[in-house]
Amino acid sequence: MFTDADLTALWITLKLAALSTLILLLLGAPLAWWLARSRWRFRFVVEAIVALPLVLPPTVLGFYLLLLLGPRGPVGATLDALGGRPLAFTFTGLVIGSVIYSLPFVVQPLQNAFNAVGRRPLEAAATLRASPLDRFFTVAVPLARPGFLTACVLGFAHTLGEFGVVLMIGGNIPGETRVASIAIYDHVESLDYVQAHGMAAALLVLSFLLLLSVYGLNRRFRVIGP
Amino acid sequence: MTIRARFIVDRGDFRLDVDLEIPARGVTSLFGPSGCGKTTLLRAIAGLDRHPGGILRFDDDSWQDGAHFVPPHRRPVGYVFQEASLFDHLDVRGNIDFGARRIPADERRVLPEHAIELLGLGPLLKRKPEALSGGERQRVAIARALAVSPRLLLMDEPLAAVDQTRKQEILPYIESLHRELDIPVIHVSHLPDEVARFADRLVLMRDGRVLAAGDVHDMLTRLDLPLAHESRAAAVIDAVIAETDPKYQLARVAFDGGEFLLSRPDLVPGTPVRLRVEARDVSLTLKRQTGTSILNILEARVAEIDAEDDARVIVRLRVGRTALLAGITRKSADDLGLAPGRVVYAQVKSVALLG
Repeated sequence: MFTDADLTALWITLKLAALSTLILLLLGAPLAWWLARSRWRFRFVVEAIVALPLVLPPTVLGFYLLLLLGPRGPVGATLDALGGRPLAFTFTGLVIGSVIYSLPFVVQPLQNAFNAVGRRPLEAAATLRASPLDRFFTVAVPLARPGFLTACVLGFAHTLGEFGVVLMIGGNIPGETRVASIAIYDHVESLDYVQAHGMAAALLVLSFLLLLSVYGLNRRFRVIGP
Repeated sequence: MTIRARFIVDRGDFRLDVDLEIPARGVTSLFGPSGCGKTTLLRAIAGLDRHPGGILRFDDDSWQDGAHFVPPHRRPVGYVFQEASLFDHLDVRGNIDFGARRIPADERRVLPEHAIELLGLGPLLKRKPEALSGGERQRVAIARALAVSPRLLLMDEPLAAVDQTRKQEILPYIESLHRELDIPVIHVSHLPDEVARFADRLVLMRDGRVLAAGDVHDMLTRLDLPLAHESRAAAVIDAVIAETDPKYQLARVAFDGGEFLLSRPDLVPGTPVRLRVEARDVSLTLKRQTGTSILNILEARVAEIDAEDDARVIVRLRVGRTALLAGITRKSADDLGLAPGRVVYAQVKSVALLG
């Protein structure tokens, strides 16, 4: 039912989602921790920036990323000068785009979870000789575990469904940047509905199973979605 | 060994201004109504809140002075919060070991096993906090604080969130800490009963200030302080069981200045005990009464008299070196001609044994 090209597209999609989720957890956890703990009065500015991908059309995000990462953009040009190649239309470029695109889906559940942990267990840990870093890993993270599960699944599932950003900065290079959603679009464009059905059904089932696991395992599920 | 704490905190509607020096031994109670700054002071001592300009010394170590601030995890304190604040993701054993694992071996004076035994937690070690009663949780919290072998134990109303029955269950454990471990304790309380039971020293706080500080026996009987004027004002007396009388089922309890007979034949001679004598249970006569059913009559000297209202006065008495309070009517005081220095006989109707 799936052609080799479709299987490759699915594989790239899963690889992209997994890698983006991993990076998002590494970046998102400290950011969410800071947002949950900080009393800085301009913290709301950071919160608004993090939430931006929720409301911004993906094409807008993709367009600016294209300018930024393309050969003439500041990042692209710098890489070019350093002997690297521009990130636009590469898998790495897609990962960068996905990380930004799915950031709120990881940061917000984590921030909620850290808020729910509260100050008291961390104060108790401080009086039990745990340093701030120690407290983060041995108290905050384990107590915020439901939030981590939610963040992982939402980050992963949201990246699966990415289209606009990919279209703008990834293009449609088979084996490199051609993801499942683009493949579906291609099939529909060429009126190949059978192939489109296969891919669409695969994404539908996968997304549903992921969300089912989150709602099932974590009844206290809360996130501000689009 | 002393603890010196100097803090000025100004939060608009709340102000704390204390400069305190207390000996680092025994139990010191920070005592006062809610909102008087007790907890704020305790948290500042633990380093949980940083108040600029504060000064804090423990023995020879400076914990805060100017830019110097030792963070809470580097202070050798144990802290028991009002609510147990256990780690829900760890079982009882995990909670107790959390701090114990983080101290160097050469600083380990209280083994986790010792803390577990002291608080009677052996059967609960594998339980998660959610499966514990309120009293059990607080016992775990105390054991957890002890297992870091603190040089100073800070307790913020550890019994406030626990109901009366559970309180009776925990109190003996807290008292045993006092006897078994030589760790100075600073304890926050707004309950006179709790203070009477544990405290060696009292720091009386009002509206963010220290009203007075000193030995608990003096503080409870000083007529210039509010404690002696409360409806259940009482003197606290430290005594030792001298002997028991099986025939009459009594115990003779000796203190500095005299002795009491208590109907408690179960006590072991030599045991130190703390007694509480309420002012309203003490009446005065000029001659030693005979032919009375009252067992405990002490020769005392009037030290000071203060009016409660138009009808009643409170009298501070000296029995040897021990202070006692008597609450009597103003008419009786006038009829007896009470004045400082006068020798009277205190008839004590009831003596409560604490712990």
